[in-house]
Amino acid sequence: MSALTETPMQRERAKTIYEKSKPGRRAAVLPDAGVPERPLEELIPAHLLRSEPPRLPEIAEPEIVRHYNRLSRRNFDLDSGLYPLGSCTMKHNPRLNERVAALPGHARLHPAQDPKRAQGALELMWLLQQSLSEICGLPHVSLQPSAGSHGELAGLLLTRAYHADRGEERTRVLAPDTSHGTNPASVTMAGYEVVKVATDERGGVEMDDLRAKIAEDPDQIACLMLTNPNTLGLFDENIAEIASLIHEAGGTLYYDGANLNAVMGQSRPGDMGFDIVHLNLHKSFSQPHGGGGPGAGPIAVSDRIEPFLPRPQVVRRESDNGGGPSFDLEFDRPQSIGRLRGFQGNFGVFVRSYAYILSLGADGLAEASETAVLNANYLKARLAEGRAGERLPVAFERHCMHEFVLSGKSMKKELGLATLDLAKRLLDYGFHPPTVYFPLLVDEALMVEPTETETKESLDAFADAIEQILIEAESDPEIAKQAPYTTPVRRLDEVRATRRPVVRQPLGD
Amino acid sequence: MTRYTSATEDDRAEMLAAIGVESAAELFAQIPEPLRLGRSLAIPDGLSEAEVFERLAALASRNADAESQVCFVGAGMYDHYVPAIVDAITQRSEFLTPYTPYQPEISQGGLQVMFEFQTAMSELTGLPVSNAGLYEGPSSVASAGYLAIGATKRRRFVVSRGVHPHSRETLATYSQGYGAEIVEVGLEGGLTDAAALAAAVDGETAAVFLQSPNFLGAVEDVEALGAAAKQHGALLIVACDPMTLGVLRPPGECGADIALGEGQPLGNRLDFGGPSFGFFCASEEQIRRMPGRIAGETEDVDGRRGFVLALQTREQHIRREKATNNICTAQALNALGAMVHLAWLGRHGFRELGELLVRRTAYARQRLAAVEGVELLHEAPVAREFAVRLDAPVAAVLEHCAERGIAAGYPLGHEYPEYEDGLLVAVTERRTRAQIDDLADAIGGAIAGHHAHGAFVAGTVEPAATRGSFSTDGVQKAPQAGGVA
Ligand SMILES: Cc1ncc(COP(=O)(O)O)c(C=O)c1O
Repeated sequence: MSALTETPMQRERAKTIYEKSKPGRRAAVLPDAGVPERPLEELIPAHLLRSEPPRLPEIAEPEIVRHYNRLSRRNFDLDSGLYPLGSCTMKHNPRLNERVAALPGHARLHPAQDPKRAQGALELMWLLQQSLSEICGLPHVSLQPSAGSHGELAGLLLTRAYHADRGEERTRVLAPDTSHGTNPASVTMAGYEVVKVATDERGGVEMDDLRAKIAEDPDQIACLMLTNPNTLGLFDENIAEIASLIHEAGGTLYYDGANLNAVMGQSRPGDMGFDIVHLNLHKSFSQPHGGGGPGAGPIAVSDRIEPFLPRPQVVRRESDNGGGPSFDLEFDRPQSIGRLRGFQGNFGVFVRSYAYILSLGADGLAEASETAVLNANYLKARLAEGRAGERLPVAFERHCMHEFVLSGKSMKKELGLATLDLAKRLLDYGFHPPTVYFPLLVDEALMVEPTETETKESLDAFADAIEQILIEAESDPEIAKQAPYTTPVRRLDEVRATRRPVVRQPLGD
Repeated sequence: MTRYTSATEDDRAEMLAAIGVESAAELFAQIPEPLRLGRSLAIPDGLSEAEVFERLAALASRNADAESQVCFVGAGMYDHYVPAIVDAITQRSEFLTPYTPYQPEISQGGLQVMFEFQTAMSELTGLPVSNAGLYEGPSSVASAGYLAIGATKRRRFVVSRGVHPHSRETLATYSQGYGAEIVEVGLEGGLTDAAALAAAVDGETAAVFLQSPNFLGAVEDVEALGAAAKQHGALLIVACDPMTLGVLRPPGECGADIALGEGQPLGNRLDFGGPSFGFFCASEEQIRRMPGRIAGETEDVDGRRGFVLALQTREQHIRREKATNNICTAQALNALGAMVHLAWLGRHGFRELGELLVRRTAYARQRLAAVEGVELLHEAPVAREFAVRLDAPVAAVLEHCAERGIAAGYPLGHEYPEYEDGLLVAVTERRTRAQIDDLADAIGGAIAGHHAHGAFVAGTVEPAATRGSFSTDGVQKAPQAGGVA
């Protein structure tokens, strides 16, 4: 790129905070100890003490603020524009939720506080459990898992415990070839073997393949993990039959709730026959993603799975003397799989998601899902027009739910543009690209999820940008192949970062 | 009710026309009829923002938080002062609202933060490689177990009873899945029983798990204990409290292969237990077995310095069932909070804070030990938390202190039946000498009262006028409006 077109941000070489450090500078002033200044060696034997302090930066507060503000400008974020990252449900993050999470009664509550002095927190958790139970159509909820994949692991350990209780040990977990990477990774961590199930021409589970995989050895089938709508954004119409096949074999049916945003108040996993569900509160329930967390992955389960839920469980107790109910943590759960983490879970996330549910209410949740589906289908329709329709056909032609998957196969063949090139060129147009190269089943996949909080105008602008990029590519495909041009850095060498990893700043004395 | 959608009636009509359907219901026709809910959820109607705020403020007001009680409770999460700039930076949209940085060109801010964070954690622990953070402490311990099985092809863990009970239980939960046997080694004088540990480790041992300071606050001699692991080719996995690493010898210098722990003390609030983050550092040798995201330095096509997610070939989205861990969404924003806090403390502030904790803890320990009816549970060196035994029922003492606005500590009896009379007391820079003196007086008063009356009667004492106070049936604190975000 020529020096003439280089932006100021590109011209500025990235400097870490360690490189801005200078001996003698500092921000923090600590309170006086107010107790005798005894030498440390008197209190802790010298061989257990550190000789040199860690080389943290030496820098004053104004420059810390500038440093991180500068870094913040090198991020694209949901508050700046459309973020149609499929499978991630990048919906608006209400600021009210941040405010209520920061109330001292939440933010400064110690997790080991005696339950009788944490009644508000336990009641909030219980209320959230009730809401999620109703949304999922399953009677019991544990809020403990920290994210979706943690919920998956929990679900598989619950399945193991459930079978063990019946004197069975099963080894295989079925998952469609469209499943998210966390599904098979969780399966291995839980000590099972993954068996892949094919996808049919309508984008659902290939029923003959499913029957065949079960028939190989029905007694070994522990579970089927399914996302519904699946990662193609399509509802599996055969779900009732799938459920009965798995249940007949004695397995559990696990619902990966990453796509729940399509069906809140419209259809419930429990009614579809699922035994165990995880929800990503950082997707459907508006917890901000934070650049990669925090989230929370509560699980909802049926009666037969309930005895095995993680410990502790939040319970409500009716008073025996006519007073109001009280809330407690129940540890005495002899069949529980045990803890999945410390304390009670990501409570701050529970506060935000409960505030979200209170704000929307029953009809608001149903409306959110309806609009998410409407927006996705509208954007799909817009992208079926013109060049996009020709070069980027939808992988499965039918109405989608909250997201849809395009294939860039023809774009690559006819224009020489890979999905990655299109994604990088979109950055110059001010959009976050869709999820790329997932699901693996679709060649050159682009997975688009606009969410309900986007306007029609922003969806139109996105469709226009794609059209523009394809027009541009017809005359000069190099434009997209070299993109992006306007971002703080341009295409980065990812191979090198893996071959010869540099994962920390080298520091002198 | 509140809506975060923009579609007007006109928008809807235009969109439906473009799709070629009459109504949105047609789009839902792919859900078989019997599976459509066909009614409203049994959830109350939506509320206005002001009403939601009041509801949640009312719930919050029924919690005794560290603002209304003087908090000496630790057990893994601590009431540290989180500087104002942490909130200012973590609440910026640009950090709060992006997804995981899958498109590095527009995520340089977040990726560089990860790189800086990894550098900081590597410095703290004395190990060369850090990831960008995991969920929290105990599940990080369990993830280290998974790594150890992969690295050694062995399936036995030797675990000190000084490791946090939540970590031990989480490790046991995960072990039901990946298949591992756990051998526990007891404590002697507050410290891991070195002879028992050495006897428990053998050629089948995948890893030895220690914690320092351990759950009873005692600083372990990690290097000496770790010798058994080295001898048998087992990994040495050490959980540590990051806030003590300005003064305590880092695990990396003591032979640890992996150092990890709960990150909450760094830049994260208590939040009733989360979200916080787990940190995970290791020797070079383990870099390709690490769980979680790792940012790496690289260059762009024009030679500019930049950062990307490195070593993604370990991760679930590439390796699927062969991934080194299943984690995807982790705790990036919490790790940012830690990084800002560490930058604010700086090289010297971080050490000074560690020294302050050690000195105040020594004072508190001495002060409490001088109280009639209190004795030290162990004499081992401590850094920021210590354990005592009380000559009165712990629950009654805690109740007595709570009525005086003090959360006196963490009762040990539930998880350590052998210390039914044990109390774990934690100190932070927020706990002043005067508060420590009050704590000693309150505990002394409770024990004296217990002996004077045969049994202590809770609820009969006037709350101290100088502090916010709590009773069990309600809280006087008014909900705060505004200015809290
Ligand atoms: C379909 C699907 N399943 C599972 C996950 C894992 O969820 P988490 O990132 O919360 O662990 C995700 C998202 O990341 C997903 O999109």
